[in-house]
Amino acid sequence: MNRLFKGAPPRAALMTLAVLLLTVLLTVAAGAPPFGALRHLILGSVGSWIKFSHVLMVWIPLALCACGLLFTFRMDLWNIGVEGQVVAGAVGATAVLRLAGGGSPPGLWVALAFLAGAAGGAFWASLAGVLKTKGNVNEIFAGLGLNFVAQAVTLWLIFGPWKRPGIASMSGTEPFEPDLWLPTLPGLRISPVGLVLAVGALVSTWWILRRTRLGLALKAIGRNRTASFLHGLSPARYTLAAMALAGGFAGIAGTFQVAGVYHRLIPAISSNYGYLALLVVMLSGFKAGPVPAIALFFACLNVGSIQLPMVLRIDSSLSGVIQGVFVLAFLFVQAWTRRKKSAVKEGHGH
Amino acid sequence: MKIALREIHKHYGALRANDGITMDIREGTVHGILGENGAGKSTLMKILSGYVSSTSGETLINGKPVRFTGPSHATSMGIGMLYQDPLDFPSMTVLENYLTGLTGKISLGREHHSRSLLDSAKKFGFAFDLHAPVSALTVGERQQLEILRLLALGIEVLILDEPTTGISSGQKKLLFDALKSLARQGTSILLVSHKLEDVMALCDRATVLRLGKVTGELDSPFDAEVLLKWMFGSAPPPPSCRQSRYGRERAVLKDVSASGGRAGLEGCSVSLHEGEIVGLAGLEGSGQGVFLRVAAGLSPPRSGRLSLDGQDMTRQDYHAFQKRGVTFLPTARLEEGLIPGLTITEHFAIQGPKSLMVPWTLARDAAAGGISRYRIAGTPGSPVDALSGGNQQRLLLALMPADPRLLLLEQPTRGLDLESARWVWEQLTALASLGSCIVFTSSELEEIVEYAERVLVFFDGRIVLETRTCDTSLEALGTAVAGRTDTLTGGRAA
Repeated sequence: MNRLFKGAPPRAALMTLAVLLLTVLLTVAAGAPPFGALRHLILGSVGSWIKFSHVLMVWIPLALCACGLLFTFRMDLWNIGVEGQVVAGAVGATAVLRLAGGGSPPGLWVALAFLAGAAGGAFWASLAGVLKTKGNVNEIFAGLGLNFVAQAVTLWLIFGPWKRPGIASMSGTEPFEPDLWLPTLPGLRISPVGLVLAVGALVSTWWILRRTRLGLALKAIGRNRTASFLHGLSPARYTLAAMALAGGFAGIAGTFQVAGVYHRLIPAISSNYGYLALLVVMLSGFKAGPVPAIALFFACLNVGSIQLPMVLRIDSSLSGVIQGVFVLAFLFVQAWTRRKKSAVKEGHGH
Repeated sequence: MKIALREIHKHYGALRANDGITMDIREGTVHGILGENGAGKSTLMKILSGYVSSTSGETLINGKPVRFTGPSHATSMGIGMLYQDPLDFPSMTVLENYLTGLTGKISLGREHHSRSLLDSAKKFGFAFDLHAPVSALTVGERQQLEILRLLALGIEVLILDEPTTGISSGQKKLLFDALKSLARQGTSILLVSHKLEDVMALCDRATVLRLGKVTGELDSPFDAEVLLKWMFGSAPPPPSCRQSRYGRERAVLKDVSASGGRAGLEGCSVSLHEGEIVGLAGLEGSGQGVFLRVAAGLSPPRSGRLSLDGQDMTRQDYHAFQKRGVTFLPTARLEEGLIPGLTITEHFAIQGPKSLMVPWTLARDAAAGGISRYRIAGTPGSPVDALSGGNQQRLLLALMPADPRLLLLEQPTRGLDLESARWVWEQLTALASLGSCIVFTSSELEEIVEYAERVLVFFDGRIVLETRTCDTSLEALGTAVAGRTDTLTGGRAA
């Protein structure tokens, strides 16, 4: 363990340097001034308080999804379905908020919406979990399939039962009444409720994984399913639990997108934050500790790249490229050092 | 093709799997390599087929020394091996399997090769549906296909590793006829087996290995007594009968059949008692492993009934068995028994009370207690993969409930040094004297005779001999293990 940490800082520095170099090369290839692109990425994300508040609004759902994924990764489940779980959560929350009105206080409806969102995400994840435990369907395929289904359901709702009066359009459902929107700080587009939820999720995830029997059981099953079964743990039951938790957190993220960001259900409600969160967790080495920082970095890239097309006439997908390159480089370096280490071990054996 | 092996050594750490083996294989003969599990047969054949390289020693083909770089090199030199589990591609068709590795050209030549496959199959009386997936074939048919494939590759030496385990008697006859006719045409056949019967029925010459060394060589006709003595060594004095002090019936298996392993399990009826130690003998994959797992509720029986303390448990799973005091300890300690990456404390915590929070202090105390009681060389914070094999076994025992009512152990002392093994047995016999029923498999007959009060010998999925250890001898057990129960045991059975 110690050796791993000893090697980490220079490795991380080397990797960052390599990724920056690649980014520069890419921007040159795209015909844009390379350092200009980097400068705009930085200024566009942390250049002002307003911009940083945008970053935080991306950070919130990313951190929430990443928390959920920590549970599934802990037991070696690849919950690719997190994307669909965000969508299912958004649908659940929208269903509740559409009912709102009458005499009840709006705060109660919003709280209900979060519960419904968490339940929707958990339900969607449990579908994949049941397919896995009862039908022996790999969770990657089950999740991927359900992502498409969730997307289709959303489109059907937007163009069918929940369409705007008069015109159904890609712009989504009718916006909710402003008193159902998550409140923001004066002058800044930042929701304290969202921040509290995300920070709370991070802390409780860390605590559950580290302190509770559930955390220990997930870790044990992830490391050795057979031995865990022999020691009395039920892998099927914990698979469902981990999936439901992951889906619940994703559903809360979906609710935040609905109640805090778009104030309605739109076709691209998840903004791909589920997939992005997978990258965040991988880059965190599947540990809770680095998640906040890495999610923040990814959020910065996302927000910072928004203005690239306008200012430099290069596509905003540059941020996606940088994120992807980072993760690939990390996984490569990780596999490479592991192989080198095992080669050293083998060498001692002979 | 003549093959000579000179002073072959293969060492795995301190273990000498082959310890200076010298032998010659003549052209056009069927040569048997006999020996019990761990005698070094498979290692020697893996060296000859290029699968592993020897630590030292020389292989000569037609008088010229060769050093194989890998199995395909050996095949190109004319040496092919049929592995115990045929190395084929179950999801591909018969023809596709046959074609694998056959042509170096771009075109597969499907028509040409399907004709040649059918022709050679007919010669030996084999029958195939070329387009059936190999997964639908029996083990015997897969062997036949593999033999034809190896022959098509032009091999002159065919090595077969335990080819008669798991195939029907009809297939065995076909196989033996094919091997004899191949030998007549000049192919050298090497038959690796622990089955005396097979070697006596088929071979022209037999070499016996024991503990990595050649203990004897004989031409047919063979003397079974001599071969058995070479295989198992000279018999130690028979064990003295312990007081039979069995208590109540703890577990009863009635006419249980199950699948798994190579031979499965066929019609086993056994009852196990309080306080008794039962050894399960047999060559690996003869059914004793399946028996243990069925008795633990880990694999469901296909038919038959199973009860614990009078309660029917036939369709229950391992966790239900655990609640009734059954504990199963697997031999693959890091693969099945322990969880790599978790510490000793974490293992105790998993066993601990089912509460929301992990009671870490309690778990650490339990770990420290287990460490000192079972003399484990480690600390509560040591990850289990950092422990030695002996200490991992000690940990598994420490993790056991204090008074297991039925303890099922898979090769409990495999890989342990002598002192650790003796220590493990001290603990187990102490448990038995307190009333636990202990059932274990072992590949060492000596271990069974020394510690068990009763022994069940498995052969091809059946119990072929059930006797008290004091009523039998190592030779009688060895003969039963090799599948011959008719001749030697009759006189001594009680």
